[in-house]
Amino acid sequence: MGRGTYTKIMLGGHRRERLLALRGLALELWRDKTGFMGVVLTAALVCMALAAPWLAPHDPSAQDLRARLKPPAWTVQGTWNHVLGSDHLGRDVLSRVIYGSRVSLLVGAAVVLLAGTFGVVMGLIAGYRGGRTDNFIMRWIDTQVAFPGLLLALIILAVIGPSMLTVIIVLALNGWMVYGRMTRGAVLAVRQTAYVEAAEIVGCSGRRVIFRHILPNLTSPLLTLGILEFARIVLAEAALSFLGLGIQPPATSWGLDVATGKDYIFRAWWLVTMPGVAISVTVLAVNLVASWMRLISDPQEREKQFARQVAARKRRGRGFPVPQEVTPQ
Amino acid sequence: MGRYILKRFWYGVVVIFGVTIIVFIVTRLVGDPVQVMLPLEATLEQRAAFEKQLGLDRPIAVQFVDFLGDIARLDFGDSLWQHRPAMEIVVEKLPLTLELAFIGIGLAFLLSIPLGIIAALRPGGLSDRGTVFVSLIGLSVPQFWLGLLLIVVFAVQLRWLPTSGIATPAHIILPAITLALPALARMVMIVRSSMIDELNQQYVKTGYAKGLPFFRVVGLHAMRNAALPVVTLGGWELIRAIAGYSVVVETVFAWPGLGLTAIQAIEREDLILLQAIVFTVAITVVLINILMDVIYTIIDPRLRLT
Repeated sequence: MGRGTYTKIMLGGHRRERLLALRGLALELWRDKTGFMGVVLTAALVCMALAAPWLAPHDPSAQDLRARLKPPAWTVQGTWNHVLGSDHLGRDVLSRVIYGSRVSLLVGAAVVLLAGTFGVVMGLIAGYRGGRTDNFIMRWIDTQVAFPGLLLALIILAVIGPSMLTVIIVLALNGWMVYGRMTRGAVLAVRQTAYVEAAEIVGCSGRRVIFRHILPNLTSPLLTLGILEFARIVLAEAALSFLGLGIQPPATSWGLDVATGKDYIFRAWWLVTMPGVAISVTVLAVNLVASWMRLISDPQEREKQFARQVAARKRRGRGFPVPQEVTPQ
Repeated sequence: MGRYILKRFWYGVVVIFGVTIIVFIVTRLVGDPVQVMLPLEATLEQRAAFEKQLGLDRPIAVQFVDFLGDIARLDFGDSLWQHRPAMEIVVEKLPLTLELAFIGIGLAFLLSIPLGIIAALRPGGLSDRGTVFVSLIGLSVPQFWLGLLLIVVFAVQLRWLPTSGIATPAHIILPAITLALPALARMVMIVRSSMIDELNQQYVKTGYAKGLPFFRVVGLHAMRNAALPVVTLGGWELIRAIAGYSVVVETVFAWPGLGLTAIQAIEREDLILLQAIVFTVAITVVLINILMDVIYTIIDPRLRLT
């Protein structure tokens, strides 16, 4: 199995085999404690976003002026009615944090999908066509990479006006280049291999070669990149919303809540702290998942990890077991 | 080498041209600048007069050539908000942003090298895992929130440092640290991984074998080879600080540089000032890119041959 486990889950395969592979992956995940933490936290966050209406104790935009600026429940003046306190309009901070996860995850997923699709398509075209098309696309990417996008994003947001849709479009326009570069590199690397050549000689159409023979090689690096980008996008959305150029009230967003809390920073520390912690935990969890993904999809890293495990077992005096993972495929 | 630099210079011109096209498309074709800049209750005559004043009533091709002329002369017209040439405001604010960015990223650069090397000396060891974990946290914390936390701790609770503004030299400490920390996290990771690669090379073993002291092997031989990716990332961080992160940090600390001015220009719907800021930053970024290329040729002799 080894690296095969991972690829098999991605690509399918026989049902029994797939189940076994999934079990192997779960075992491996259990061994890597930080990766395990990341996956559990990310799953919990996704569940929280999906089940927000049932989890949140209050309507996130319901105001209660008699309960303004209540501190969290564990402090002296706190009430259990507002577990994480309430803001200057008496809105429940916990409910706002729960609902805020929806915006962050939605924007992150939409941007990754949009930018990823566009980048991969451009990278495939550049790598497969080559020549002038390749030159043009690479120049375009270089030019866009050379200039950091935030200022251009500002001018676009100023002219079109901020909304969730413009945030998604602006972030996608600024983020597709990484996928394009990576895809092109991978296409160039496999183009010359015998199996691609064989497929071409047999008479496969260009589309079939790309989707059947080239793209599957890209799934795991692209997945890792997508997860890493997801974390970056969550931070970017929070920053734009904080600046007042992203999600607009009455919608909720963590970045927006930090911005409103900023005005009460001397009197109500929890208004700034809670949504900030939410952003940090989300990004940290996704980053942990990404670094675990990178470890398991890189054969060299897997070898190192395996060697470490064997060394640890030897130190404990358990001899040299040969688990299934090392048997050659 | 001269040809190399010339090529990079030409490349910078292409980048500026790309920025020009995007700004032109966004402001003239996608959006309507008159609608953005004039109040809702403006009459049709006022709109027409304003359009004429900006030259928007002429054919699009003429407008584009005019726009190119404006950029070449660095003259974008009067700011609608402050009623004086936009470039005058930009020239006032640019040094403040540069000061903040250079001090912040310089701090990150200087700290990242020793921290990264310490982590790389024993990969997988305690100091290594600790550094990696702290860096991961540093990468995950939003910058604006980090700034607010620093204000709460050092300005509100401990009362050691001022919260915002530029009155004394002490005012730069908190914004510079806020700008530095996420960059430090990214740079430590790069120093660490490129040092681990170098320390595994044969020449390091040779150095130790012939009895060279530790500092000579690590500090001179390995560091020199590991420097290239570190310098690349440092330059890139500087660019991103000037063109991106400064907007956030300046807003949090009310540091009156270009970033804060850009946000104020958007709030006051002053597209002219915003355009002037975007182009000034674009030119600054291109110049820093060229400067970085010169530095590469100094630290990497292989580049001098091409």
